Amino acid sequence: MKKSKLSILTNGIIKENPILVLILGTCPFLAVTTQASNAIGMGAAVTFVLLCSNVMISLLRNVISDKVRIPCYIVVIASFVTLVQMIVKAYVHELDVALGLYLPLIVVNCIILGRAEMFANKNGIVDSALDAIGMGVGYTLAMLVMASIREIFGAGTWFGIKIPVLNTNNISIMTMAPGGFAVFGLLIAIVNKVSHGKAIKKKEFGCAGCPSAATCGQKECDREEAAA
Amino acid sequence: MDAVKNIIFIVMTAVLINNYVLNQFLGICPFLGVSKKLDQAAGMSVAVIFVMVLATAVTYPIQYFLLNPKGMGYLQTIVFILVIAALVQLVEIVLKRYIPALHASLGVYLPLITTNCAVLGVCISNVDSYLVETAAFGGGFVNALFNSFGAGVGFLLAMVLFAGVRSKVEKANPPECFKGMPITLISAAILSVSFMGFAGLVQNLFGN
Repeated sequence: MKKSKLSILTNGIIKENPILVLILGTCPFLAVTTQASNAIGMGAAVTFVLLCSNVMISLLRNVISDKVRIPCYIVVIASFVTLVQMIVKAYVHELDVALGLYLPLIVVNCIILGRAEMFANKNGIVDSALDAIGMGVGYTLAMLVMASIREIFGAGTWFGIKIPVLNTNNISIMTMAPGGFAVFGLLIAIVNKVSHGKAIKKKEFGCAGCPSAATCGQKECDREEAAA
Repeated sequence: MDAVKNIIFIVMTAVLINNYVLNQFLGICPFLGVSKKLDQAAGMSVAVIFVMVLATAVTYPIQYFLLNPKGMGYLQTIVFILVIAALVQLVEIVLKRYIPALHASLGVYLPLITTNCAVLGVCISNVDSYLVETAAFGGGFVNALFNSFGAGVGFLLAMVLFAGVRSKVEKANPPECFKGMPITLISAAILSVSFMGFAGLVQNLFGN
């Protein structure tokens, strides 16, 4: 089935939103969404790495042998993550402090390896780049929504701007760890409700979309069940 | 005595207060994916403890003796992830060849661990918090090893507790849109609240 360029681009933003539908890359999603500005920074970093690695892997897809593809992908991804780390350290010091450990951990972010495995090694450069942009924007938007909810109610601010009533009556647990889990749960529930459960149930991403697919020996998949 | 106290302090902090899963959000994928059955959760966690300690034992000396003196600290991310990936493969081969019984119980979880961000996370945070270039190698290394052990045990604790919670949640009957992932995440939130209660524990016990 040949998809149009536009549908490849919008696929990641709505239909296959990496976070809310595919439920990939949850660790940094929960950790850095305490402030809207961090969410934008992290989203931009992930989008950049995703775009570069998708293009690179798509270029190399006929060169890399099938057996060693996962280590090759990891090297490509790790190189771009190192690049991002250097850029962020040099130009945006506050973001480096705020993201800390989660910046190098983009390497093990399932979205990037998942897209390489699922999309970039089967499609051309332009399609892979569009897919990366779509996925990256989808990820960033989901992060922004989550971070806005947590920052507005948890700290009473939005991008650092104080919000009158909430500022003095903040629910500080929202910015702590439990708030992250709970808000994420509620967001997925809302997406389920709006899409009548279709978004997740109809998605057969199965093992192809799972980053552990290459090495996973299990016959039954836990992931799929967990997501459905 | 001080050394022992220090080690207990590090392990307790890593297990209860800075729990890698519930407080720092590392290793969420296996936490949500593999916590359905108690035996699977325990098996996975034991494999994680093993790999975490081993990965720290390998990556910390690499950073201290190789990357830092040569001024190649910026290669940390690439080197660490490759070392961990190779290490996990190596462990699997060795276990399969020499200790088949252990391989049979832990083997299936080992490949999944390569992409577990908690392992890379613990290696990087050990280097960040315990490695001092001017200090001797020994002290920081021991602290780092115990920190990774504590982080692994914390992972085990969270996984086992959550497997218990989930077996009850499976039987519950939430609204349609909450079924599956959302209700799981909300129960994780409640478990995470209970871990917040440990916040002042270590300070009160040790008085520092």
